[in-house]
Formats: sequence, C-alpha cells, structure tokens
Amino acid sequence: MATTDIAANQFLETDLNVNAKRTETLFRVLFMIMAGLLILPVLIILTTLVVKGGSIISFEFLFSHPTNGMTEGGIFPALLGTMWLVGVALLISVPVGVAAAVYLSEYAADNWFTRAINLAIINLAGVPSIVHALFGVGAFVIFFGFGTSILAAAMTLAVMTLPVVIVATRESLQAVPLAFREACWNMGATRWQTIRRVVLPNSVSGILTGVILEVSRTTGETAPIMFTGAAFFIPVLPESVFDQTMALSLHLFVVSTQVPHVPDALPYGVALVLISMVLLMNSASIALRMHLRGKKKW
Amino acid sequence: MEKPDDHDPAGPMHRVKLEIRDVAIRYGSTTAISGINLDVRQNEIFGIIGPANAGKTSFLKSLNRMNDFDAGMSVDGDILFDGTNIRDVRNVYALRNRIGVVFPLPVGLPLTVYENVAFVPRLRGISEKAELDVIVERCLTRSALWDEVKERLDSLGSLLSGGQQQRLTIARALSQEPELLMLDEFSIAVDPVTTMRIEDVLKELKSEMSIILVTNLVQQARRLADRTAFFLDGECVEIGETEDLFSGQVEDSRTTDYIEGRFG
Repeated sequence: MATTDIAANQFLETDLNVNAKRTETLFRVLFMIMAGLLILPVLIILTTLVVKGGSIISFEFLFSHPTNGMTEGGIFPALLGTMWLVGVALLISVPVGVAAAVYLSEYAADNWFTRAINLAIINLAGVPSIVHALFGVGAFVIFFGFGTSILAAAMTLAVMTLPVVIVATRESLQAVPLAFREACWNMGATRWQTIRRVVLPNSVSGILTGVILEVSRTTGETAPIMFTGAAFFIPVLPESVFDQTMALSLHLFVVSTQVPHVPDALPYGVALVLISMVLLMNSASIALRMHLRGKKKW
Repeated sequence: MEKPDDHDPAGPMHRVKLEIRDVAIRYGSTTAISGINLDVRQNEIFGIIGPANAGKTSFLKSLNRMNDFDAGMSVDGDILFDGTNIRDVRNVYALRNRIGVVFPLPVGLPLTVYENVAFVPRLRGISEKAELDVIVERCLTRSALWDEVKERLDSLGSLLSGGQQQRLTIARALSQEPELLMLDEFSIAVDPVTTMRIEDVLKELKSEMSIILVTNLVQQARRLADRTAFFLDGECVEIGETEDLFSGQVEDSRTTDYIEGRFG
C-alpha cells in the first residue's frame, strides 16, 4: 500500500496551506458581515415606522383631509400632490433624458461638444438639492412665470433627476452589442431605423432601472419643491399643474417640526406611507424589469 | 428580362461589377492596405485569401462605405460600383442595401427568425403579411435553413445555433436582393457540414450576383472561387484564375508558399 500512502501524502496540508485557509475564511466572513450590515438600517427604519406609525394607517387616514391644524385627519392632499409632482416630473425628464442618452450613445462623435455635455451631466448630478431649489425658483417660478406651482416644482425635480435617467439609459443602450448595429447598418438601415427596431427594444429593462431610481428619489425630495410648488397647507386639491399642492415629504417635515401638539403616531404614519410608496413603485418596476429580462435575447 | 450584356464583346461573364483603383486604407498613421487594383466581375465568386492582418476585412468595409461609421478610418483611391464612384453616392443607404454582408461571427439580430429576414423588406415599406411570408420563405429556403426553422419562425434568431445563425445571416443578406454579396470568413464559427451546405448555396447564388469571398481556408477558395487574390501585409500580391494559382502558375513565389502552407 506504499504507493497509496505517497499519493495521500501529496495532499497533506502544510502550515502555509492552513494559514491561507484561515485567512480566506477570515476575509470571507468579514466581507459577508459588511454586506449583511446593509440590511440593518432598512430593517430598523421599517420596523420603527411600522411599530410607531402602523396603528394610524387606515382608509380614513389615506383618503381624508388633515383637520384641526393638521393634528388630526388624513393626508390625502399630500399623497395626491406627491403623485402629481412625480408624474409630471417623469413626463418631463424621461423623454428629455432618454433622447439625450440616445444622442450621446448612438450619434455623438467624441469631440469637445460631447465632452462638454458629459461634464455637464456629471456636475448636474453633484449639485445639492437645495441649490436646485433656488435654481428652480429663479428659472421656473420667476423667469418663466409659472409661479409656485406643480409645474415649477416638477420641472425642478426633473432637472435634478435628469442625470440619473441619462446615465442609466446610456449604459443600457451601450449594453446592446455593437455587432447588432453594424449588421443593421450594413443592410442599409439608417441610425434611427437601427435604434428604433433593434437598440431601444433591447434596452428597455435598463432604461426602466433609471426610471425606478428617479421615481424613488423624486418621491422623497423635499428641498427642491418647498420653494417652487409645495405648500404648507392647502384646504383644496390642485386642479391643474399651475396650482400649488401639498406633498408627502414636505408634510412629514411640517408635522414633525412645525406644528405643535401633533400626536406621535402621525409623523411616523406619514413616513410609513411615503416609504411604502417608494417600495411599491420599486417592486412594481423591478418585477416588470425581471419579466422583460427573462426574455433574454442573446 | 433585360440583358444589357448581350452586346458586350467580352461576354456577360466578364462584365465588371466592381472596379477597385489604387485603393489605400489608413487608420491614423497606420496603413492597413495600399495600392489595391482589382475588378470583380458579374456572376463570379472572387476569392481573397491571405494571413491575418493582410487588410482583407478593412478592404470589405471600404466597399460599402462602412468606413463612414469609423472616424479613424480613411479610404483613398476609387471604388466604382457599376461604374459609379461610391464616394459620390449621396444615398449611401441604397448602396449598402445593394450589397449583402456576412460576418465571421454570425449576427442573428435579437428579433424572431421571421423578423430577421423581414427586416430589410420592412425598411423598404413592405408591410403586407402575405408578401413578407413569401420573401421570408424564399430567402430561408435559398440559404438552406427553411426546413430547420419553418416550425419556429417566431423563436429568437439570436438563440439559434452558430451554423443556423450564419445561414440566417445569409438569408437576411438575400432579402436585400443584393447585386454583390461579401462574405468575410463565414465558416469560422460554423461546423464542417453546415460549411459545405453554405458553399453549395453560394455556387447557386453565383448565377444571380457577384460574390466576394474572404477566407482563411485556401481550400475553400479553391473549391468556390473563379478567380482569387492573395493579400499579404496590406498589399495585393497576386490576382489570377483560381486554378492557375493552385496549379503553381504564379507570378510571385510567395503565393505558392502561402497556398502550400509554408507560412501564414
């Protein structure tokens, strides 16, 4: 059995091996803990909100107006207002952002103009939201004369979230292999025919990702809307984009800090509704994206 | 059927489809090919052989002005398609439409098999299902793919096997009703049986169009090409009747060396 022994001995662990294995385990566990920690804040926030604010959530709370100096009643105007703002912002930023990304990805040559646009996008993404707010006041409220209105606030939000849409769209366009484009061009298709028939249909899932991110961000933003279109309290619902509106994010700020004698559960309830809206929209979009991605094309 | 070649003293077989005059291609300061002069005739298979980096693929790209898409690539010299300098062609899309291209790696577009072949007809404004059906079946039949895919025209073209995708690519090129078909090492990702089937297809297609066949396999050129050009290091070393080249009647000994596998 001598030969077997030799064979077995070849796989005996040396001190070096033992050390390497130990280090390997150490780092794997360390990295896993770091990754796991990410879940913690989400869990804590959600649990706190549900425990402290869950009791107040009801059909009544969602669909009635605030009463008694906002210390009682519901949040319907704010809920509806947030939907207005998000909806109008999307209507503006998605067409503009997708078109800009298509240009940058499919048409633009690498020259100073393109580089200037790219620089602008990066810088736009880095501008603090309060600066966007002041820009919105100057540009949309005063210069374009929209006044403090849903339109002005939504346009401010759109400008702020444009970089997200552009970057996500551009990346998903570039994930479509160049070979597909070349095949189309070789057959005599124009760039636009190629984009419309092959490139865009195959980058929808990535573009959706951009929209998801934008929706989440837009829903929660407070600073850009508080000077441009969102109001402290309005007894009536908005009837057009030129009206002011209440919004959930600002309402949360108001009932948490600006109004005396608010019951404890109320701000938590508002926060819970706000975060549920984000989660709901995200899951819907992710489900749609998975559905589209499931139909893998290549 | 119009036959403009009947009175051509050289006969219809020798009518020139494509004239290449002093063509040179550069990428920045690097010269890919230079001093290329050759004619491709009507209804012939024109083979181009040569080792990697001989400039064969760049040459094909210049023929349908795909260099327009590549800012770093510049083409000098004249390329005449049916006597028209392609540099002067305003409607470059129409030019590309008359030239079918098959790449080394098959590119099934991420559309259904049916839509892959209907792509060009649709661009041409054909939208009637019955008419498209006829075109799709005809092109797939001629590229020897119909029997394998007729039951699943609605599955994705990009998910067919490599050999099937390559025949799909050929079917798509045929849907252009091309006057010139350019194949760039079409058999690189294709099994031998499919390669033979495609070669048979090409022999039949020759009666209707001119074919440029770039290949790494010298025996493939021997089997298919009427005339063959040998490219080496960006130059066209020799052009001749394929049989002459393969029987040793060459002007430059490097041609025989390459054909017999002594380098490259």
